[in-house]
Amino acid sequence: MTAKRLVTLRVNGREHALWLSPSDLLVDVLHDELGLSDVRYGCGEGVCGTCTVLLDGEPINACLTFAVQVERREITTLLGLMGEDGSMHGLQECFLRLGALQCGFCTPGMILTAHDLVERVGRPSRDEIRYALIGNLCRCTGYTKILDAVEEYCAQAAPDGGAAR
Amino acid sequence: MVASTTIVAPESTEETTAGGFHVIGQSPAHHDFVDKVKGSLHYAADWRLPGMLFGRVVRSQVPCARIAAVDVSEARALDGVSAVLTAADVPNNRLVEMASGGLGELEVAMPVVAGERVRYLGEPVALVAAATQQIADEAAELVAVEYEALPGVFDVESALADGAPMVHDAGNVLVTWQIRAGDLGAGFEEADAVVEGEYRSQHVEHAYLEPEAGVGWIENGVVTLRVATQVVEHASAIARMLGLAANKVRVIATYMGGGFGGKEDMTVEPYLALLVWHTRRPVRMIWERQESLVASTKRHPFVMRYRTGVRQDGTITAQEVEILGDAGAYPYLSPRVLFAAASLACGPYRVPNASITSRAVFTNQVPTSAFRGFGAMQMTFGYESQMDRIAERLALSPTTVRERNFLAKGDLLPTGETLDTCVEVGATMHRALALLGEPSGASGPTTRVGRGFGCNMQPYGRTIWFRDHASAWLSLEADGTLLIRSGVTDLGGGQAASLCQIAAEILGVPLDDISIYIGDSALNPPAGGTFATRQLYMSGNAVLKVALELREQVTKVAAELLGGSPETLVFAAGRVGTSEASGTSLTLAELVAACGQRGVSTSLLSTFRATAGSFDPRAGQGDTFPDYTYGTHAAEVEVDVETGEVRVLKYAACHDVGRAINPMRVEGQIQGGAMQGLGYALTEDMAIEDGSPQSMLFADYLIPNSLDFPDVRVAILESGEGKGPLGARGIGEPSIGNAAATVASAIQDAIGIRPSRLPMTPERVLALLDEAQALAGDEIKRRNA
Repeated sequence: MTAKRLVTLRVNGREHALWLSPSDLLVDVLHDELGLSDVRYGCGEGVCGTCTVLLDGEPINACLTFAVQVERREITTLLGLMGEDGSMHGLQECFLRLGALQCGFCTPGMILTAHDLVERVGRPSRDEIRYALIGNLCRCTGYTKILDAVEEYCAQAAPDGGAAR
Repeated sequence: MVASTTIVAPESTEETTAGGFHVIGQSPAHHDFVDKVKGSLHYAADWRLPGMLFGRVVRSQVPCARIAAVDVSEARALDGVSAVLTAADVPNNRLVEMASGGLGELEVAMPVVAGERVRYLGEPVALVAAATQQIADEAAELVAVEYEALPGVFDVESALADGAPMVHDAGNVLVTWQIRAGDLGAGFEEADAVVEGEYRSQHVEHAYLEPEAGVGWIENGVVTLRVATQVVEHASAIARMLGLAANKVRVIATYMGGGFGGKEDMTVEPYLALLVWHTRRPVRMIWERQESLVASTKRHPFVMRYRTGVRQDGTITAQEVEILGDAGAYPYLSPRVLFAAASLACGPYRVPNASITSRAVFTNQVPTSAFRGFGAMQMTFGYESQMDRIAERLALSPTTVRERNFLAKGDLLPTGETLDTCVEVGATMHRALALLGEPSGASGPTTRVGRGFGCNMQPYGRTIWFRDHASAWLSLEADGTLLIRSGVTDLGGGQAASLCQIAAEILGVPLDDISIYIGDSALNPPAGGTFATRQLYMSGNAVLKVALELREQVTKVAAELLGGSPETLVFAAGRVGTSEASGTSLTLAELVAACGQRGVSTSLLSTFRATAGSFDPRAGQGDTFPDYTYGTHAAEVEVDVETGEVRVLKYAACHDVGRAINPMRVEGQIQGGAMQGLGYALTEDMAIEDGSPQSMLFADYLIPNSLDFPDVRVAILESGEGKGPLGARGIGEPSIGNAAATVASAIQDAIGIRPSRLPMTPERVLALLDEAQALAGDEIKRRNA
């Protein structure tokens, strides 16, 4: 086994110093070492998207990323989108109100990917939302309500079609 | 587990919905949804205990062999390994499914860890526990198993052939069921036409996004497992395996990240229990996705042969059905799946003369078992294909043929049972078709657009002869809040949330003030597992019953304080009061205090018992299921005749759910079921060649993504005639059944050919087109000759 070394990870605005092996996957470090249960192992192949996190604002699969690769870069999990008082992000509220979930296992990854899309595009079309969410599988909802929730959030956040901030 | 209930942006609870309800029929967000959108819900993999070890199952790499030797010395010697267990370490190495009473059912035990023989690729041969997951994985690689290959059988027809290798010494036919009604010969004599068809379906993976997982430990001498399971009642089987008393194993179910039947049988439980028992340490086990693909149970591939006699006007006079289900290497729930298949083989149609035979057949493949739809789903593809073929043969419209034969309340099923609730399948058919709207045009010169639909009936509730029951315990606390305790497990379908809604309706406790503890075999009243679309029916009725009894118990005290007769008091918004607007009222907290002073208990345990009955397997007559949910899906597809690609343009679904307790969740069940059904229809195939799975990666197993299929348009029909609480019918399973038949029907409409094999891949559609062209060519040659 390769020797561990001290690595600093920036997660949700906080720095964590961790002793890590070069082979430690980001998903395992976030879930098991930092106790972030909103980052989940689902397939280990980068197919299902349950381990989605934002790396400097862009969605990546934490199961295909070694933790040492992302040292000192900004990692955001679903918790990082929420207010410090635990208040929900607007996307979360739309998912909740429109029932855009069932088992909830895909939800954090789904919301993070949707968040990235909305940040980039502002008021995406339904087809653009479909296309953006292709890497986040959901086995329960059939996607219809997820698309509804993202659309609803965009309509609220950018009613005039401008950037959703 | 406990969670508070929160209502976020509810519709006003002051208003009443149809039927005069305050909470039923609304779609409030519950505790489970709140935790899930925050990412704060703890699934089975999210638990960690001090000194916890990491477990791993070592699995057979071959489908059929004698185990000559297992050498674990190298694995045991690895630094950090705490235990390597083999068959010899299992106190009672036999799991026996309760025999279900079919004709000549074999009693075949499944070893927990294979000792002498392996019967499928992926069968457990050893277990490892180590200080880290990496060490456990490494040790698993070091377990050396010496196999002597044996000839195997890899499809049901080969397994039935004379001289076929025996998967089990007892034989290859696990069970046979038959249903016999009327006089088949006479029925066919009455017929003006006979339509025959053979239909085949594939192995399907549940593909819940949460892999099988759990953590186990010993507490007060009790082996305790916190796992993703649909059934905490497996605790007793685990105790038998370990040679412990039944009360020395406790199973706690976490909210699941999907299950769909795949967590109805045990997954990690027996292996975790063994490792915990031997090491006396906490152990965590999470199956890798690739391991789950190879070794978890699958949906049964079916071969279905139909022969249907019809009169010129489309009336069915007789139907003969033969069903072969591939059970894989061990029984699991195959006997019951094939019973459901036989019971539902004729679908929502009157068939006065019927002969139905189903068999579950062993092969050297991964075992098949429960999967949303449970044997009834495959049959929908069969009977609906027959209906469309009959329509084609008699030059009648597909809706007319169905309307001539739809079941109605009071009709006899082929099992001799009388339907005692309404059948609104015709209404669902018209609603679903109307939802498709205006027809689309073809998008190119090589594409053809077609429309089709598929009707179904799916039971909810367990087979009647299991004498099902579910219990629940309710308690009004000193501050007027409510506690619900129920052994129900929650798949994500809102099983716990709907119980809160029912209790809120009856006792007038705001949803915010209700906490529910679920899924614990030691601390909660048994609810009997979440499967067979039974929990709204069973636990919903149990909670309704307890809530009504508890209300009656405390109402007497309220009447004494408020005056008036107990029946006229109203429970709403956390208070009990007299019905007139100017009347007096008490808070529930005040009522609880008053009850305490009078020695009246404010908590209650009660049990709901389902109808009992029996089935005679020789006569092929008797009781099967308590009731059914009926529905129809409709689709518009575009088929590219050059590539064989099928694109679904529009999709609609309508089911009669009796009463929608939470319409938003009902809609979600229908949309999600339809989408899983579309994967089954067009893309999903867990192909196995000579016992080896061809899809070892999740990337190769194509469950629908957000781009694959259109939105699912839903109409909910509420006939109010279900046997669930307040007239509800179950909707968990029914919505998955129609899709394959619906898409096949639309393809037939588009290209004039009926696919009879699932999934309907581009290759298969092209082959059908080529075949049709060749036949047409032959016809032209014949005419020209």
